[in-house]
Amino acid sequence: MNIDKRLVRKDSLEKLFDILKQNSKTIFAPVSKNGKISFKAADNFSAIVTDFVQTTQSSKDLAFPRTEKILDFSKSKEGISVKPFDYHSIPEMVIWGIRPCDAMGIGELGAIFNWDTRDEIYDSRLSHTTVFAFSCNKADESCFCTSVGGNPGNTEGSDILFTQMGDNGDYLAEILTEKGTAVAALATDLFLKTENQEKEKYLADVPVKFDHKAISVKLEKFFGSEKWVEQSLRCIGCGACAYVCPTCACFDIQDESHGKNGSRVRCWDSCGFSLFTLHTSGHNPREVQSQRWRQRIMHKFSYMPERLSVYGCTGCGRCSRACPVDMNILEHLISIKEVSI
Amino acid sequence: MMDNIYMPYLMKIEKVTYEAPGVKTFMLKFVNVEDQNNFSFKAGQFGEYSVYGAGESTFCIASSPTRKGYIECTFRQTGKVTTALSGCEEGSTIGFRGPYGNIFPIDEWKGKNILFIAGGIALPPMRCVIWNTLDLRDNFKDITIIYGARTVKDLVYKHELADWERRRDVKLITTVDPGGESPDWRGEIGFVPTIVEKAAPSSKNTIAVVCGPPVMIKYTFPVLAKLGFADDSIYTTLENRMKCGFGKCGRCNVGKVYVCKDGPVFTLAQLKQLPDEY
Repeated sequence: MNIDKRLVRKDSLEKLFDILKQNSKTIFAPVSKNGKISFKAADNFSAIVTDFVQTTQSSKDLAFPRTEKILDFSKSKEGISVKPFDYHSIPEMVIWGIRPCDAMGIGELGAIFNWDTRDEIYDSRLSHTTVFAFSCNKADESCFCTSVGGNPGNTEGSDILFTQMGDNGDYLAEILTEKGTAVAALATDLFLKTENQEKEKYLADVPVKFDHKAISVKLEKFFGSEKWVEQSLRCIGCGACAYVCPTCACFDIQDESHGKNGSRVRCWDSCGFSLFTLHTSGHNPREVQSQRWRQRIMHKFSYMPERLSVYGCTGCGRCSRACPVDMNILEHLISIKEVSI
Repeated sequence: MMDNIYMPYLMKIEKVTYEAPGVKTFMLKFVNVEDQNNFSFKAGQFGEYSVYGAGESTFCIASSPTRKGYIECTFRQTGKVTTALSGCEEGSTIGFRGPYGNIFPIDEWKGKNILFIAGGIALPPMRCVIWNTLDLRDNFKDITIIYGARTVKDLVYKHELADWERRRDVKLITTVDPGGESPDWRGEIGFVPTIVEKAAPSSKNTIAVVCGPPVMIKYTFPVLAKLGFADDSIYTTLENRMKCGFGKCGRCNVGKVYVCKDGPVFTLAQLKQLPDEY
């Protein structure tokens, strides 16, 4: 569809928030707690924080919860009854205030969940979700969206993208999808006509540090490199990088039972963990941390582009910010770019 | 309405067979007739078997697709799920989802000799294709099975081994590791690669299917090469850890290849293209 560009006054955002609430949308927005910013159901507009480069957690868990039911089971004398998770019960929600890099990550996750067999649990959650992204007007040294195909005002994955323009703080709202149009139709008075449609000068400056396509080409011949050991020597395999990543989708399937009843759940996992690929015989194909680090980078920058036609990284920089031993993905990618093979 | 791809079929354990210490075979029938009617699979495919409350575990389907109306799985009690499975009795209900993965291309093997080489608990994934070829016996020339285990007790499918031994259209060689023999053992004594070398099966017009622990496979491939087998006439099945079965959970890949989607069946020629990470 054609992009519908509108002006939303700074003080209209709260009204928009209230109208969405009145239309029984659950709004997940950045909320600060104990110095960490993550997406929580926001009851009122004043709870939302806006003054940040990046949220601590990505919005991934709204479409791909860290623990999600697949089915319920109960045992009785008559036998076992099993009920699939009812994905029609997923409530309508709006993700409010995510960065364009997280919005781009939604599509990358979707590629993993749908590349062959369609995962209707993920799709269904997403179909109940409207994405309000806010362009970045500032960035930090961990940000590198422009090196992986994104940019601070990227519209990919958003239903409406808001960009704050100028000193008066009004927003340019780009209504990008039918879902976005439907939500905007609930508050047509707030989406005004505007001539001022150029957002570029208000966006953060994120210099390009490498070319992700060139990295992919190099990685095809990089499997046996000694760089992997060098880069991962200090990695403690904690998995923090995977848990904050908007596109890491590795999961485990486990049963949780309480007496005769229980659920089968899908829960987040990480290729960084030593038990991730451990066979029951004791054999482990990725025995040491350097192999697991290699898997993480190769999966995102080589296997995914080749198999799924998308990259597994949006340049959000969270893994570098979260790493307790200061493993910086941007530095490592640049050093891969620079090494000659 | 869309289907939940993680939803298992309910299966009734029709029969439990004790195979070897810690090893059992379950014959499973679909609880819902409709599920059974819609179900089909081919030799080499695998599934996720589950005990509700304990979780899921991955094994190949051990029965042949030529035997309709049921599937079988053979497993060794090792971890949480297999321990729970091992505690299940005839008549109880478990979960199964599948079939997943690619197949042994037995249609392409018509008119050829087939050589099966298996070690220990790796006979179950091969039993599916063995019975499949035996049930279509006229399609193939000589069928040879070389099977070894650590000890006589550890040999699985003892009744079927006896059956294959009696058959005139199958050549069966069984072996146990040195020290694993019993006083009345009449088979070979020695590691599988050594016994393959000794038996020296002809590579001419022959497909070799090799399945076993990594160390057995590692030493068997060079023996086959010496016997003149080409890399694309040697097949094996990889058994990486997996959770989903359809290329999403992220753990079974070897390089860009997903064992659950592109495998589990690979030729040696294909394996040689993969990075050494399996």
